[in-house]
Amino acid sequence: MKTVRVLIVDDHRLFRSGVRAELGPAIEVVGEAEDVETAVRTIAELQPDVVLLDVHMPGGGGQEVLRRVLGAGSQVRFLALSVSDAAEDVIGVIRGGARGYVTKTINGAELTDAVLRVSEGDAVFSPRLAGFVLDAFASTEAPPIDPELDSLTTREREVLRLIARGYAYKEIAKELFISVKTVETHVSSVLRKLQLSNRHELSRWATARRLV
Amino acid sequence: MSENPDATPAFPKLTRPLDGRVVAGVAQGAAAQLRLDPVVLRLAFVLLTALNGLGIVAYAALWMFTSSETADRDRGRDWGQVAAYGLVGLVLAVVALLTGAAAGGVATWPIAVGGIGSLIMWQQADPGRRQRWMTTTVGQVRQKWVRAGLGLLLVVVGAIGFLAAQDQLAQAGTGLMFTAVVVGGIALIAAPWLASLWKELQKERTERIRQEERAEVAAHVHDSVLHTLTLIQRNANDSREVLRLARSQERELRNWLYQPRQDADATLAAAVRRVAAEEEDAHGVPIEIVCVGDCELDEQLVALLHAARQAMVNAAKYSESPVISVYLEIEPDEVTLFVRDRGKGFTLDDVPEDRMGIRQSIIGRMERNGGGARVKTAPGEGTEIMLTMKRTT
Repeated sequence: MKTVRVLIVDDHRLFRSGVRAELGPAIEVVGEAEDVETAVRTIAELQPDVVLLDVHMPGGGGQEVLRRVLGAGSQVRFLALSVSDAAEDVIGVIRGGARGYVTKTINGAELTDAVLRVSEGDAVFSPRLAGFVLDAFASTEAPPIDPELDSLTTREREVLRLIARGYAYKEIAKELFISVKTVETHVSSVLRKLQLSNRHELSRWATARRLV
Repeated sequence: MSENPDATPAFPKLTRPLDGRVVAGVAQGAAAQLRLDPVVLRLAFVLLTALNGLGIVAYAALWMFTSSETADRDRGRDWGQVAAYGLVGLVLAVVALLTGAAAGGVATWPIAVGGIGSLIMWQQADPGRRQRWMTTTVGQVRQKWVRAGLGLLLVVVGAIGFLAAQDQLAQAGTGLMFTAVVVGGIALIAAPWLASLWKELQKERTERIRQEERAEVAAHVHDSVLHTLTLIQRNANDSREVLRLARSQERELRNWLYQPRQDADATLAAAVRRVAAEEEDAHGVPIEIVCVGDCELDEQLVALLHAARQAMVNAAKYSESPVISVYLEIEPDEVTLFVRDRGKGFTLDDVPEDRMGIRQSIIGRMERNGGGARVKTAPGEGTEIMLTMKRTT
């Protein structure tokens, strides 16, 4: 089996070495970066399969790395990994182009699983991210501008609810009598909507949550 | 004020009350300070005026240097005060006529105009008033500038009028020119210095705000985080206690950083978070919560909250699951709450009849309150309890 090449971007050295130790044998850590500048340079140099990206870093944070790397047309895949579970950070980094968001409390096996999933082009949603998406798409005040992008299908809602309830993809597939591949398709489709939807409510909703 | 002297502190600050004032509240404020009837002081001011206008001067000085009581509500126009001002004006006019000051010719009118203008400007300087304008709408801020402009115009017109009346305008012209040149020159010289001073002040202000913020963060970190770290070091050999301490500190810090300030007893989501936090602390098992939407608590939802707590307790005590997931969704017509663990699970029929937990505290309670509970479990499969309640409000 081909190993997945990973770059860890985080400004805490202790945390980087912790993650390195936790990741399974299917993953090869090819490098580390500690700020936005080195991250952008190392990604261009090493072309890893997956970048584990911290949200809060000196020099603009994860969103700045996403903007510069993806803006330059790179196809590198990002998985955001953060201690923050503020809606603003989560939604912000996903809309910036990350293919998933997990919090740092995740254990080694789950993290390995998430990295492999992202490397195959799938999306990784934590329960909390699923909750945020349900919350953000639930408000029905303004009519959607683009109905295809601005609302979730019933099935997508069901899948997100199960993620929020703490179900793994395999358990979701069993619960809904569908294949794991179908679950992945639904989640990827939600991710696409989350990234492309013009619902201006989405960003506003995320920032407003902090200001209550 | 004077009706209730016991309520005033030992050395109250002299202020001008807004309620019951006649002119500007000076007499009333001073009376409250001296614990006298305001009428006595008002009379004193009027009588002192007979002594070369000493009363007016004293009144004006006190008016300038005491701040008015801060208004806690929008007061509207005080017609009693307007009437009082009118009366004072009338008295002044009569006095002027009687003493012949009015006969002094046109010169007095510019003085009067200038006086009114400066009065308007002085009102601007009142800190209480300024604060009110700053905190209210933009429209009122603009109104402030209009007032200031009007006051300035009246003063200038008064000054020019006075000079014109004295036939000094032509001479003053050259004088003014000279003054303008000198003032302009000084302004040019001083401008860079003033600008840097202004910038320095601004910098100092932001610095102070930043320092206050830092102090607040430091205080919080000290009170909670450092305290917990000390406790963790002391309990280093008790891994369960260490985990519990770390979790509860993490939760607290997260709430402080990211959660909107909520009253734990007002909304369902906040109440569920609080209950989960309490049970997490009590049993040392992490409880992950995801909430979608929120609503006010009512009697039915309090029942749901109790059932949810029981479900969390069961999961924490018996399931041996490393983590418990709680998911709360509030929809327009229904509230759904899931408590899920990945522990050892059980067979519902095997639970003895006399065990109150699931049957009474969860299912029974939900049904009594018009809701429903569903338990999904099997040995080795974990347990999920779903609670539903229709929303009445």
